[in-house]
Amino acid sequence: MSHVKCLSCRECGSEYAVEPLYVCDFCFGPLEVSYDYDGIARSVSRERIAKGPPTMWRYHDLLPVDADTALDMSTGFTPLVRAKNLGRLLGLNNLYIKNDSVNPTFSFKDRVVSVASAKALEFEFDTLACASTGNLAGSVSAHGAKAGMKTMVFFPSDLERGKILGAGIYGATLVAVDGTYDQVNRLCSELADNHRWAFVNINMRPFYSEGSKTLAYEVAEQLGWRAPDVCVVPGASGSLFTKIWKGLNELADLGLIDSAHTKMHIAQAEGCSPIVSAYDEDTPHVRPVTPDTIAKSLAIGNPADGFYSIKTIGASGGSAVAAPEDEIVEGISLLAETEGIFTETAGGVVISGLRALARQGKIKPDDLTVAYITGNGLKTQEVVESVVDPVFTTPDYDDFMSSLATREERNGKRG
Amino acid sequence: MAMIMAKRRVRFTFPQSLITEPLIYNLGRKFEIVTNIRRADVRDNMGWVLLELEGDEDEIARGLEWMRGAGVRVDPITGDLIEG
Repeated sequence: MSHVKCLSCRECGSEYAVEPLYVCDFCFGPLEVSYDYDGIARSVSRERIAKGPPTMWRYHDLLPVDADTALDMSTGFTPLVRAKNLGRLLGLNNLYIKNDSVNPTFSFKDRVVSVASAKALEFEFDTLACASTGNLAGSVSAHGAKAGMKTMVFFPSDLERGKILGAGIYGATLVAVDGTYDQVNRLCSELADNHRWAFVNINMRPFYSEGSKTLAYEVAEQLGWRAPDVCVVPGASGSLFTKIWKGLNELADLGLIDSAHTKMHIAQAEGCSPIVSAYDEDTPHVRPVTPDTIAKSLAIGNPADGFYSIKTIGASGGSAVAAPEDEIVEGISLLAETEGIFTETAGGVVISGLRALARQGKIKPDDLTVAYITGNGLKTQEVVESVVDPVFTTPDYDDFMSSLATREERNGKRG
Repeated sequence: MAMIMAKRRVRFTFPQSLITEPLIYNLGRKFEIVTNIRRADVRDNMGWVLLELEGDEDEIARGLEWMRGAGVRVDPITGDLIEG
């Protein structure tokens, strides 16, 4: 049994039955899952969680899905890595990387889609759908395959074919829409309202977004049941950022950790940074922008949770930081070369943002800091192609030694 | 041609230069569209309005095109739906 009480409007507080709804009919505010926290407090404990599976479903008491219908693809419980090498470079003595690039479809989206697809099965939908240009499409398609559901993935027709391969392989119906980004948005919004399809981030959104909370639970448990002092999180719609904060606060309210004292910092790419702009202008109102960034997985110009992200920054004493476009690849390389973790452009944004926050003194050297890496580098290989620069040699010993020496001289003995 | 009545929920974002213009009033005057405002925030440098539009589907499309032409950003109330 899940501990869900109802859906409630984040703006006016109106309550709704637990159904595939996402907008308040009265004020058009977004709906969110409300829980019976007294009931959760009676059943949840550190011991009970520890006895659960080594996946995100060990936290099912805090998720809006009945445990026996959960679609467990072994998502979650990903490594929390002590990043001593990167920390030394940045002057951070207690730096950790939450490496969520090793989920079944290689991004954190498996967490949200796991919850959305389980809920879709509960609601007896037969079709799982999304509009996506990458990670979400892959995750929805894989979960649809596992759940035995039909899967529809919508994307603008000018998208490079390779981008959507990670969805097609699972047998999804790929829908290339001959229109602009805005027109695809509009079409999907209309389809979600008029068809009995489970659009994971539209009519399933209140449930879907709850999956991100597991990134807070896991980090707290992996740290020995404590909240980090600082989190650095990539920002697209802002949902992940706000839900990590919600997750930490739930743990504190339930007495599973002492306090949620974490300063929450959100990192966006400079070419799509509407939340950072609002933070810099000291306004809660996020002005939509037209994205122009290499960090495609963060290219959301009109973020649904922008307003709530600004509130989270304020409540936690955090900040928002924009990674310059020309430092994103640098961030990818820095993480790969210091910690052996290959991330996509969103991770480059986080590492670049982390470095800026450390330089600005917003993160203190001894702060227990967690940087969230949410996607795998194999997804955006095109931005780092320049690393393929081999030493050319004939199969002759002396020729090889000579070529290697030339290279080492060129690289200043870096090899 | 048969009229297809429809309801559309949209978010208008007004740039600073248009905040004082009566554009929603004009939208209802120029087109056969009923405008029903649910939530809004108007500041000195920007403004947004969430509203429901009711009318013939094609008329709503024409009205929204007119709003865009006037310089207003039109979005679904849910924000961007395409994710990476």
